[in-house]
Amino acid sequence: MREDSLFRDEQFEVRLIQGRLQFLGFVLLVCMALLALRYHYLQIEQFDRFVTLSDDNRIHVRAVPPTRGLIFDRNGVLLAENRPSYTLSVVPENTRNIDELVNKLAAVVSLSELDLERFHEQMEVKRRPFEPVPLRYSLSEEEVARFAVQEFDLVGADIQVELIRYYPLGEYFAHVVGYVGRINDRDQAAIDAEAYAGSHVIGKTGIERQYETELLGIVGYEYVETDARGNVLRVLERHHPIPGQNVYLNIDSELQIAIHDELRGEQAAAVAIDTISSGVIALVSTPSFDPNLFVSGISTREYSALIEDPAKPLFNRALQGQYPPGSTVKPMFGLIALQEETITPEFTVFDPGYFILEGQERPYRDWKEQGHGTVDLAKAIEESCNVFYYQLANLTGIDALSDYGYRFGLGHPTGIDIPGEQSGVMPSPEWKSAARGIAWYPGDTVNAGIGQGFLLVTPLQMAQTTAVIARRGLVTTPSLVYSLNELPLAIEVNDQIEIDSEHWDLVSHAMRNVVHGTYGTGRAIGVGLEGYEIAGKTGTAQAISIAEDVRYDDLELEKHLRDHALFVAYAPVSDPRVAVGIIVVNGEHGGSMAAPIARLIFDTWLAKAGSDASVDDLIEDNLSVTN
Amino acid sequence: MSQTDFVRSLPDVESDSSKTTLWQVIHIDLILISSVLITLAFGLLVLYSASDGQIFFVKRQMAMAGAGLVIMFGVAQIPLSVVRRWVWLPYIGGLGLLVAVIYVGTEVNGAQRWLDLGPVAFQPSEIVKLCLPLLVAAYLGKRQLPPRFKHICASLCMIALPAGLIIVQPDLGTSLLVAGSGISVLFVSGLQRRYMLAATLLLLVSTPLVWQFGLHDYQRGRIITMFNPEADRLGAGWNIIQSVTAIGSGGWDGKGWLLGTQSHLDFLPEGHTDFIIAVLAEEFGFRGVCFLLAMYMIILGRGCWISYTAKTPFSRLASAALVFTFFIYVFVNMAMVSGMLPVVGVPLPLVSYGGTSLISLFIMVGILMAISTEPGTLKS
Repeated sequence: MREDSLFRDEQFEVRLIQGRLQFLGFVLLVCMALLALRYHYLQIEQFDRFVTLSDDNRIHVRAVPPTRGLIFDRNGVLLAENRPSYTLSVVPENTRNIDELVNKLAAVVSLSELDLERFHEQMEVKRRPFEPVPLRYSLSEEEVARFAVQEFDLVGADIQVELIRYYPLGEYFAHVVGYVGRINDRDQAAIDAEAYAGSHVIGKTGIERQYETELLGIVGYEYVETDARGNVLRVLERHHPIPGQNVYLNIDSELQIAIHDELRGEQAAAVAIDTISSGVIALVSTPSFDPNLFVSGISTREYSALIEDPAKPLFNRALQGQYPPGSTVKPMFGLIALQEETITPEFTVFDPGYFILEGQERPYRDWKEQGHGTVDLAKAIEESCNVFYYQLANLTGIDALSDYGYRFGLGHPTGIDIPGEQSGVMPSPEWKSAARGIAWYPGDTVNAGIGQGFLLVTPLQMAQTTAVIARRGLVTTPSLVYSLNELPLAIEVNDQIEIDSEHWDLVSHAMRNVVHGTYGTGRAIGVGLEGYEIAGKTGTAQAISIAEDVRYDDLELEKHLRDHALFVAYAPVSDPRVAVGIIVVNGEHGGSMAAPIARLIFDTWLAKAGSDASVDDLIEDNLSVTN
Repeated sequence: MSQTDFVRSLPDVESDSSKTTLWQVIHIDLILISSVLITLAFGLLVLYSASDGQIFFVKRQMAMAGAGLVIMFGVAQIPLSVVRRWVWLPYIGGLGLLVAVIYVGTEVNGAQRWLDLGPVAFQPSEIVKLCLPLLVAAYLGKRQLPPRFKHICASLCMIALPAGLIIVQPDLGTSLLVAGSGISVLFVSGLQRRYMLAATLLLLVSTPLVWQFGLHDYQRGRIITMFNPEADRLGAGWNIIQSVTAIGSGGWDGKGWLLGTQSHLDFLPEGHTDFIIAVLAEEFGFRGVCFLLAMYMIILGRGCWISYTAKTPFSRLASAALVFTFFIYVFVNMAMVSGMLPVVGVPLPLVSYGGTSLISLFIMVGILMAISTEPGTLKS
């Protein structure tokens, strides 16, 4: 091998390699020129042919939206369904001049300002190519026919049969089921665009929003061959979508409708909870609205009418309305005082019609001017004696009332399964210094004792605390949804408030006497009641602050300044099945305005064949599970 | 070959330090590196569009390019004598991995090409693609040129081993490319005309036999498809029709960045890897294609010049082979996507998405830069 290098002619080799390199360079140049020629041929000479081919490319990938899950009440009554509807859409890729096409379409179907505005908004949203942009929803049969005649001249426009959401029971369930609406920019930022390909709506409120993921389903895809106009000729390959899950509510639509009709015309809210299952069997807030207006986009006029209505139909009073609970908190505070041993069942107060807090001159008045005389706890609940409760609160102190009140469900959301719930206020010295920046005064405790002052509750919380009392301390999360795709959801047990059973007995008997006793403030609804007994408590809450020592005449007040009427109750007393919380805003007296709704609920609900399980069983079951 | 083949004293090269610049000291060839970086940046732009706006691919490609640059810089510092002496090591390693891939490789599109090493998967053929021309250059570089018959035979053995192992994966395209890069060294080293003539004749005779017995159905299909893509619109012809349509509909100006209808409608398969030139052509038009071709011409031209002025026989042969390999990839890819050649899995250098090929490209550039800045004078 060594001789190789000895005899190598370096100059010859260099020239040899360089010669070959020159040849290689030449080949390289020729090949690159060939490439350039080929691309020139395709892109310049054959441009017209290929641009047509590209425009005509016939096979598209289309998203197939899943069918949204249905919503039923507990008996299978349909609350939200999907109805076929004709939608006029434009595929921007299939038309050269969108504005011209829209103008032509306006001559065939009626297009409102709102339709156009919505269309232009949708055009801005990022979408898959060849995905139709909706222009007009719910075309009439006549409009569909007119379009069919003119179709040859309307290339790029298309009518699709689409399933759109429909709420057959409209306003009765607007505050429970909620509604779906167009996906807006804010939604767009929060969702997975892929999962919503082909879907135009998303749950905005209520069950529709809370259970959006379950209701939505999983999107499918199909490869379709189309003609030059974008009309689908055949489906080449299809990956089926998976429909959304069906949602069954605990709500009884018959009960819901009956309550709603009874409260029509009032600003009111009523919540009924099945104490055994923790299911919410009715949740009414009046006035309500037609959720169908929102499905394909509400007009500005209709929307401002709803917004400007002084009765606030969009406001869900049952969850979001926060009111002073008034005397409806008395049974709970009575239980707390007994358990804390700040009073005994035999403890009495003499009520001269007012209460003087030590060191203060200002009297705290009772609603009954001449006073209730000598009062014990049972009588204080039955007759709703304020002076007894001023004393009770003063003796028990705000800390115990606040701590227990919180456990009973005040001052924090109940955790019900729809969004928007308010927490209310269970005041405490810490709360007051944090929220108001001032110290707690003894007078604040006295006011809280009768459910006034800083104390605020939602109607849902009223029903919830009453259910806790009915269940003798067992705290569960109230739930609207019974099952998803027929699979029942678990009951959430949160707490067991330990109070001696004789105290429960005393308070439930006193609450019974509110309805069934001779002097009970709710005795009007006990009239003619057979077969079961009701335990209740009336409440009247001041809508405005009136100086304690000024007398006023109810009738002279404007309606919006009148007191709120409240009522909480559960029944049957012996074996509680259902607990309710009711408020009629500016309804004046709980006994006369709110209590009849409770009677209606109990009569309707208890007449239906209920579950044989009792609260005791439930407590037993859950305790054995959780402990 | 034996170890002693590589043990030979360096040609007596005295460095001419009078005109040494800083760039030479750190072994950077400015023309080469800047044209490579411009092409890469343009490629990232196209990649972003080709991956449908998914920044993930671009980020990954950038990370790979970053790593590639560091490796390139490192490789450029290695003395060429070390490369020449030790290149057989990664070559043998590559062969070993090629054997391994037959048993434990991951199957992609019906062929076992990938070795899955947890977080990184790579194609061992990339290693061989890089080492083979260097090895042949090292071997022939110290032989008398033009090579004698026995040296030609030895070189052909070095080429046949990896090419054969890649064929059984089966990956005919890569195998031909690897063989081509090795043969290019033989050609540049001054292979006599009579051998070339004989080889051509042999090729002509064996082609019908290979067609009949040596090819898989899908490979035959690809070749048939090339000549008549319309025959199978939704099957094998689909890729070609769609990519040619994409290229043609780009016209002079292109449809605009991110606006290619073909590429964004999922008509174009493998839009971000092998078929990325179709996205480029559709969105940037003929102007974009010309720009890319011009950048490639600068890289190739500079490479040829480096080879032309290289200081040692090994440097001359190695750089010529690397330039030729780079060229082959550009040509085959652009010709295949535009329907001039059958579809073989070849990425477009510096533009296609893919970490392994990007890194091996940077290693190639690193070696080219080492040769370009090699101290000494041309011995002539």
